[in-house]
Amino acid sequence: MTATLAPETIARRPAASTRSPRGRALLYWIAKHAIAVALSIMFLGPLVFIILTAFMSNRQALTSQLWPQTWNWSNFADIFEKAPLLTWISNTIMYSVLATVFMLVSSIPVAYALAKFRFRGRKLAFLLVITTMMLPPQVVAVPIYLIWARFHLTGTLWPLIIPMLLGDAFSIFLLRQFLVTIPREYSDAARVDGCSEFRTLIRVILPMARPAIAAVGLFQFFFCWNDYYGPLLYAGTDQSHWTLSLGLAAFKSQHSTQWNLTMAATILAMAPVIIVFFFAQKVFIEGVKLTGVK
Amino acid sequence: MATATLGRRGKAVPFQRRERRRANLRALLYLSPWIIGFSIFFIYPLISTVYFSFQRYDMFTLEPVGLLNWKYFLHDDAAWTSIKNTLWLVVVMVPLRVLFGLGVAQLVTKLKAGAGVFRTIFYLPSLVPVVAGTLGFVYLLNPGTGPVQAILGAVGIPSPDWFGDPAWSKWGLTLLALWSVGDLMVIFMAALLDVPKQLYEAAALDGAGAWQQFTRITLPVIRPVVMFSAVTGVIQTLQYFTQAMVAARVASGATDSAGSVFTPGYPDGSTLTFPEWLFQEGFRDFAMGYACVLALILFAVSMIFTLILLRQFRGFSEEEA
Repeated sequence: MTATLAPETIARRPAASTRSPRGRALLYWIAKHAIAVALSIMFLGPLVFIILTAFMSNRQALTSQLWPQTWNWSNFADIFEKAPLLTWISNTIMYSVLATVFMLVSSIPVAYALAKFRFRGRKLAFLLVITTMMLPPQVVAVPIYLIWARFHLTGTLWPLIIPMLLGDAFSIFLLRQFLVTIPREYSDAARVDGCSEFRTLIRVILPMARPAIAAVGLFQFFFCWNDYYGPLLYAGTDQSHWTLSLGLAAFKSQHSTQWNLTMAATILAMAPVIIVFFFAQKVFIEGVKLTGVK
Repeated sequence: MATATLGRRGKAVPFQRRERRRANLRALLYLSPWIIGFSIFFIYPLISTVYFSFQRYDMFTLEPVGLLNWKYFLHDDAAWTSIKNTLWLVVVMVPLRVLFGLGVAQLVTKLKAGAGVFRTIFYLPSLVPVVAGTLGFVYLLNPGTGPVQAILGAVGIPSPDWFGDPAWSKWGLTLLALWSVGDLMVIFMAALLDVPKQLYEAAALDGAGAWQQFTRITLPVIRPVVMFSAVTGVIQTLQYFTQAMVAARVASGATDSAGSVFTPGYPDGSTLTFPEWLFQEGFRDFAMGYACVLALILFAVSMIFTLILLRQFRGFSEEEA
């Protein structure tokens, strides 16, 4: 829009525009927005092409044409026949929901203690939380895998869910970063009114921390939804334990030339994330800001 | 809070000591999930990893082999290839991502019309599931089928065989990383909007141009945030796994997901990252002792960067705590 308007506007007043300050401001305005539009095309382009390809016929998807000749809505039905997508979706939902709920229950008290309590070793505990958050999961993978193998839980998703009952370093860190910003007066007032520490947390702090809890919960949910490494390590060869990410990565190899179906399955994996984002955009953005550290 | 104040003033000693012990116990109670988790999933595995690094172990037989695993590492060509690739990603991909993120953030904060819409558009790709995004990019950049080839061809630029050419595969992954720069953009935007307006006004009065304002005011003020993101980016890149794994698998057309045949790194080991090799050795070839050697090397390198991070972090976060 801006890009098409721009040249005419300049052309009408060629000499005056670049010299006067107003003209220069206008040029600057046009340049900025033109770059923004160009970047938008680059950022949205891949998504648009994925969607267009998902509607193509299999043969057309193998050409470099951009626009579907016919809109094959049936592709989205076909993918459910080609792979156990419903099983993968329900596994993914189970993993994401349970992990998120477990993480919140266990991490909120930890974050609260780190943010508001005074005790010996408080600083050390916080440093260790950051250290575990930064630790590549591959470092301790072998012994942890052996623990789960001993309990015969390899080949399932439980090794990814159960540890969430014991807190998640990244979530603890983010929640703590938010909780320290809540002024102490609120919990002090509750204590004067005779609230126990636990009731203060539930009744006073949690309602105030709702945006942060929502953000951390969403991050955890989407981390699980998108997770590939975890399921690859634990879900094993039995497809009935796979998640959507795991199945999606194998989908193309099993249906080797069917790019149209692969892209349709890709959309299926992306859609929930993008829909939720549009409803909870503010929560996301505020949450990401927390990760940047002030 | 109350106990601490009391303690510092040094009054009512027995009462204060009891209070302090109660406070410590209460903290212990709240922290207990994490303390248990930290012990089971960090302390124990770390010690165990050191132990296994001196063993040969394939989940059936355990045999002490002394330094054999460590010596093998020195002659393991694939491991060194993976180190070179990971280093490439740290040196090329991380700075490009930070620069690009900073540029996009700077642009969005300067936009007068539609800033919110543009921010949403630029952020959106970073939410796309990694496997889905990678699949999309392999298709888009595939010279036979992808539209990128057609578009570049129309302008007269020959397109490389991105994920099929060892010289270009890491650049393909870099494009993917730049596409999902949204999280960095949001962080940098928050930092940019925090720069006090008066500083710019004062600089403008002194006749500083846009570039001077950026280098003299903006950069110094947001430097901690940029550094923090850069170091975090390095640590994340040391774990770089999914994109390389999926791109190689899809581009090579190899079958299966969790059984055998596929060896990561296609084409020609050019996308083999260090964590991928660790995964391959430990959980596909079941050379678990040797995988522990690789794990300890990864641990040492990431600890160096974590310590850098912690030093910075203390600088600009402790005052509020």
